[in-house]
Amino acid sequence: MSYSTYKQRNRELNDAARTWRGGYQPYDLVKEATIALGVVALIAVVLAILFSSPDEHPSSIRSWSRGQPVDFVTTAVSELDGSSGTAGYGPPYNHAQIGQHIAFIHLQQWFGVAHPINTAQDYVIGPLSQIPGQPALQAAVATYTHASASQQAKWTTAYSNALAHADVEPQPTKTKPETEPAGASDVVVMPPGNYGPVTTMMNALLLYAQAGGLDGALLRSGQFYSTDYTKILMFLADGGLLASRAQAEHLLGTQWGMMNETGSFPGQSWLWLYTFWYQIKPFSTSANADILVVAVMGVLSVLFVLVPFLPGVRDLPRKIRVYRLIWREHYASGS
Amino acid sequence: MSATDGPAKVTDLADGASSPGEHTIEPGSSSWTATIRRQAVQTLPYEKLFPDSQPTYVASWIYLFGALSLGSLAVCIGSGTILALKGPGWWHDGSIGHFFNSLHLWAVELFFFFMVIHLWGKYWMSAWRGGRAKVWMTGAITFLVAIPCALTGYVSQSNFDAQWISTQAKDAMNSAGIGSFFNLLNFGQMYGYHVFLLPLAVVGLVVAHVLLVRRHGVVPPLES
Repeated sequence: MSYSTYKQRNRELNDAARTWRGGYQPYDLVKEATIALGVVALIAVVLAILFSSPDEHPSSIRSWSRGQPVDFVTTAVSELDGSSGTAGYGPPYNHAQIGQHIAFIHLQQWFGVAHPINTAQDYVIGPLSQIPGQPALQAAVATYTHASASQQAKWTTAYSNALAHADVEPQPTKTKPETEPAGASDVVVMPPGNYGPVTTMMNALLLYAQAGGLDGALLRSGQFYSTDYTKILMFLADGGLLASRAQAEHLLGTQWGMMNETGSFPGQSWLWLYTFWYQIKPFSTSANADILVVAVMGVLSVLFVLVPFLPGVRDLPRKIRVYRLIWREHYASGS
Repeated sequence: MSATDGPAKVTDLADGASSPGEHTIEPGSSSWTATIRRQAVQTLPYEKLFPDSQPTYVASWIYLFGALSLGSLAVCIGSGTILALKGPGWWHDGSIGHFFNSLHLWAVELFFFFMVIHLWGKYWMSAWRGGRAKVWMTGAITFLVAIPCALTGYVSQSNFDAQWISTQAKDAMNSAGIGSFFNLLNFGQMYGYHVFLLPLAVVGLVVAHVLLVRRHGVVPPLES
């Protein structure tokens, strides 16, 4: 079929569908809408009663530092030395890298650092500086901050490497109350090494976190009210607790987690196509996977909206002929 | 209003007099209000807006899914309104709050389920024929806008789900620069988007979609 014939055919199809010259039947719009609302409301109520909804309690810095003190300290020292995921993220949190891009299009970089996070200052040095009545701690913080960058790196590298051989023990000087939960005041015992002031800083940060102080410190925004959880969530996500919980709930990206929900509840199944791209190459192995998937889904979304104008896609229904089933009574009646 | 004005007006209305407004607009008035009213009635007369008959070919269960999508959207908004009235922490604390959260969740699931079937049905009918492209387009955009509407709900749950989804989904937003002004980790911002801005967009699109359907009517069958 030539293009002009194709255009003519589509024009004829459009013209034929503008007005209906056949018969009509009685119809009650308001009644149909009312019944539909009633039926859906009933189904939703029954589903809500039968299956309820998930509500897994959130993780906190407090619960994380108590349950996984070594992971907490490992994450904290990575924030201090700038090797954590957040520290190396780039925009919109810092300038550590330019971020993801497609060819010359650097949207992540162009939109800039909108939510600045200095991981060493915001997650470690700042909170420790606010703990009162501990001159030894403040001296350790001062020693660290006044040391050269290379000296700081020597201390944090030695500490990070030694964490693999660290033990977790109850705090030796503390008399544990009977009501105190397990891990509430455990300390990380490091093997001997040259860690400078880092051991003092990490031990103090761990105790501060176990007491719940770090949760509050990371939510503080300079205002009385705060609803921005960016800093605390980024810190939590740098650690292993959220990921281990997510893996147990089949929510990781490699588990099609984007469209899953905790437990056996249906999640955002409408994101199946979005999730699909992350499972295959080149997306699954690309450093620019997110922007590539966003671009693909953006193009597909535009095409989805423009289906009426896309040759081939708009012609498929006439060729597959599912419409014969939908309008079978019409065709059977010959009207 | 003075004490004597009231009884006089009541008497006027009781006598069946027209309201003052009905006497002030002449048929050919060029006022903005009259012009918009004339165009609205010409574009979508009442018999099209509230039809009491429909073409005989409208005889398949597939036609129900548009109305079921609207019904589930209404349940979403109703249950969401109750959750919003009580505040974002309410549903964690008691069985009634948890029930309304469950109702909201299942209404959302039903909304997407019905909407997807509705969209597929309309695709196989080539429902954009006869000048109905805008009907398809508003429906498709509604589906696309409903996705961030649901996502902002998931990250507003203030539980583990919200923590995980927000920290994972942020990467896609950040990679496109969207994260700089649409921060999934900012509960206050996401809650505002979820309870007002995005539902407003979805409802506005649905209203436009339904009005377009009423204006153009249900697409006739393909003749083959």
